[in-house]
Amino acid sequence: MAAPASDAPVQKAPAPAIVPAIKDAAIAALITLGLAAPIMGLVTVQSLGKVQLEPHWMRVVLAVAVVFVGRLVLNLTLWAPRAGKSAPLITPEVEAQLKAVTRYAAPVALAIAVLLPFVPGVERTTVDLATLVLIYVMLGWGLNIVVGLAGLLDLGYVAFYAVGAYSYALLSTQFGVSFWLCLPLAGILAALWGVMLGFPVLRLRGDYLAIVTLAFGEIIRIVLLNWQSVTGGPNGIPNIPKPTFFGIDFTPGPGGFADTFGLTPSGVHRVIFMYYLILALALFTNYVVLRLRRLPIGRAWEALREDEIACRSLGVNTVNTKLTAFALGAMFAGFAGSFFATRQSLVSPESFTFIESALILAIVVLGGMGSQFGVALAALLMIGGFELFREFEDYRMMVFGVVMVLIMVWRPRGIVSSRSPSVFLKERKAISGSLVQEGHG
Amino acid sequence: MEYFAQQLVYGLTLGSVYGLIAIGYTMVYGIIGMINFAHGDVFMVGAFLSLIVYLVLVAIGITFVPIALLLVLVIAMMLTALYGWTVERIAYRPLRGSFRLAPLISAIGMSIFLQNYVQVAQGPYLKPLPPVVTGGFKFGAAEGFTVNVSNVQLIIVLTTIVLMAVFSLIVGKTNFGRAQRACEQDRKMAALLGVDVDRTISLTFVLGATLASVAGLMYLLYYGVVDFYIGFVAGVKAFTAAVLGGIGSLPGAMLGGLLIGLIEIFWGAYVSGAWKDVAAFSILIIVLIFMPNGLLGRPEVEKV
Repeated sequence: MAAPASDAPVQKAPAPAIVPAIKDAAIAALITLGLAAPIMGLVTVQSLGKVQLEPHWMRVVLAVAVVFVGRLVLNLTLWAPRAGKSAPLITPEVEAQLKAVTRYAAPVALAIAVLLPFVPGVERTTVDLATLVLIYVMLGWGLNIVVGLAGLLDLGYVAFYAVGAYSYALLSTQFGVSFWLCLPLAGILAALWGVMLGFPVLRLRGDYLAIVTLAFGEIIRIVLLNWQSVTGGPNGIPNIPKPTFFGIDFTPGPGGFADTFGLTPSGVHRVIFMYYLILALALFTNYVVLRLRRLPIGRAWEALREDEIACRSLGVNTVNTKLTAFALGAMFAGFAGSFFATRQSLVSPESFTFIESALILAIVVLGGMGSQFGVALAALLMIGGFELFREFEDYRMMVFGVVMVLIMVWRPRGIVSSRSPSVFLKERKAISGSLVQEGHG
Repeated sequence: MEYFAQQLVYGLTLGSVYGLIAIGYTMVYGIIGMINFAHGDVFMVGAFLSLIVYLVLVAIGITFVPIALLLVLVIAMMLTALYGWTVERIAYRPLRGSFRLAPLISAIGMSIFLQNYVQVAQGPYLKPLPPVVTGGFKFGAAEGFTVNVSNVQLIIVLTTIVLMAVFSLIVGKTNFGRAQRACEQDRKMAALLGVDVDRTISLTFVLGATLASVAGLMYLLYYGVVDFYIGFVAGVKAFTAAVLGGIGSLPGAMLGGLLIGLIEIFWGAYVSGAWKDVAAFSILIIVLIFMPNGLLGRPEVEKV
């Protein structure tokens, strides 16, 4: 009795099909050749006032080879067709476990952050880098109010950061106002600008809002660049004073910090002080955001993000809701900006380009918009990674772009994408971010 | 009057370039509802490819300008289209149906990548090209004022008009155009009725990139210099143009491009060169306050 031959190929476990895999890899390699040959292979160089082409075929061969081999390996391993569709890597159950891990991860991270300057072996540069990371953590948390909670896409967040920085720079250098007085002032001014931007964009939705915020950010930058008499133009404002520790300066002489507390004078004191200052500011931001989420206004933001029409029909005042989101988000950017100004002791328009806005937005989205911890993690990874690869000046931006694309393709909801509800009836249930609709505002 | 007419010529030329780029934005937005942030950089890649192809042609001895330009146009279009296709395939297609911010971030990542890729591959310096097309016309010498129109400007405006006409025909009359408009209205329904949605979207990107490469070539001919950073500014302006004209509308994109070009040139000529970008962006904001759907956009209908 003959076996049913026709069924055999279907029943057999699918062996990695070599031929289609090679074919696919060859096509990918061919496309790479088409992409790379002109741009990478023929380099335009200037010699004797004329532009000429200089062949660099090795790079093209390398790129094509990498794509071919990489694609082939992926085809045979990860992308190999399987009998049944494999379950997604991260299921809601795994999400819940991750959530549990993050519950412990956050306090641990906080403890590390608090103790960092006193951990033996931690040098001044590390503390300095941590300060920079914390600035972005704070900016990320601030932007999270606008993007993550209220669902308004803001591509010009750096404008408020600039307003804060220039407010402090101008007030301190022109009028000698101290940092501690300027900090709230800068926040208020930035919030005011947030409201000013908020008013015209209230009627806009989605991408119109995005482009208007982008335009606003560019306007602010161009004004800073061109209003020479006030902002110093492209040179910016130098010699911005440093903050004092309750009136005590960080100078080595008598009456300085080291002298007052009987320490050996050292430049590290100020670095550590600045670190704790931004840590306190960032934690304050986090605290406020977490509290706000539970207040009626926070719940209105999240409702607005999910469905604006339903919100309106239930009597939520969308105008006020959007304006407060813009104003509060801007306020934290203002705080962070004045800290940035005092840390750098120089502000210039080139610190406030669109790429900064994109970076902050990327931190919020890549980290996972629902999660405060995710945002902090993303800031650490991105800014830390950025500084780590400082030697590879050109390549790191290229890699940065690729990483942004890859993380989005891999986890569109960000690294930590689970979210726990702000309010709940009986028990707190963590849900996967992919079940939540958001970002339509 | 003479000055005014001369500025008008400049404005129309610049506006044509913006319009060509803006079409790419508006089409992609129309069909998948996302800002293709990398489009400005595709334009930059197109300008670079034009320069490289031109230099290759010169190297192999094709120096007769009309033939050379035509060849550059065709080859650069094809190569840039490949870039457009690849960008869509790698960065956007896997994210289709994902939540709205994901493709946007992916697009910003792609834009950063393209910029730095070209910078690394081609070097960060300005790449000048000596004028390829020279000569021009003088108008109105008899009436007592002269307006100079160079051949380059003429080529730019004429090419734009021709491309617009061809493009309207493609979108209006061909099967692809119908499929594209169907996807724009309702992607799911179009798929049910047998439209290959993925292919249509890919073709949309290819067409957008093609027009961007033409804009790149025009930019190269007009300014005679390219670098890796031109994509960002031109991209933002062109997107502003698309929004100004009403995003999703092809005539709107062209109109918006012309308006942005004219505003920029006239502001620079009569008020202050340093503030021309502020003028363009301010007008965008003002228009959107009073006409939230742009000049020619369809009003958005909210449905529950």
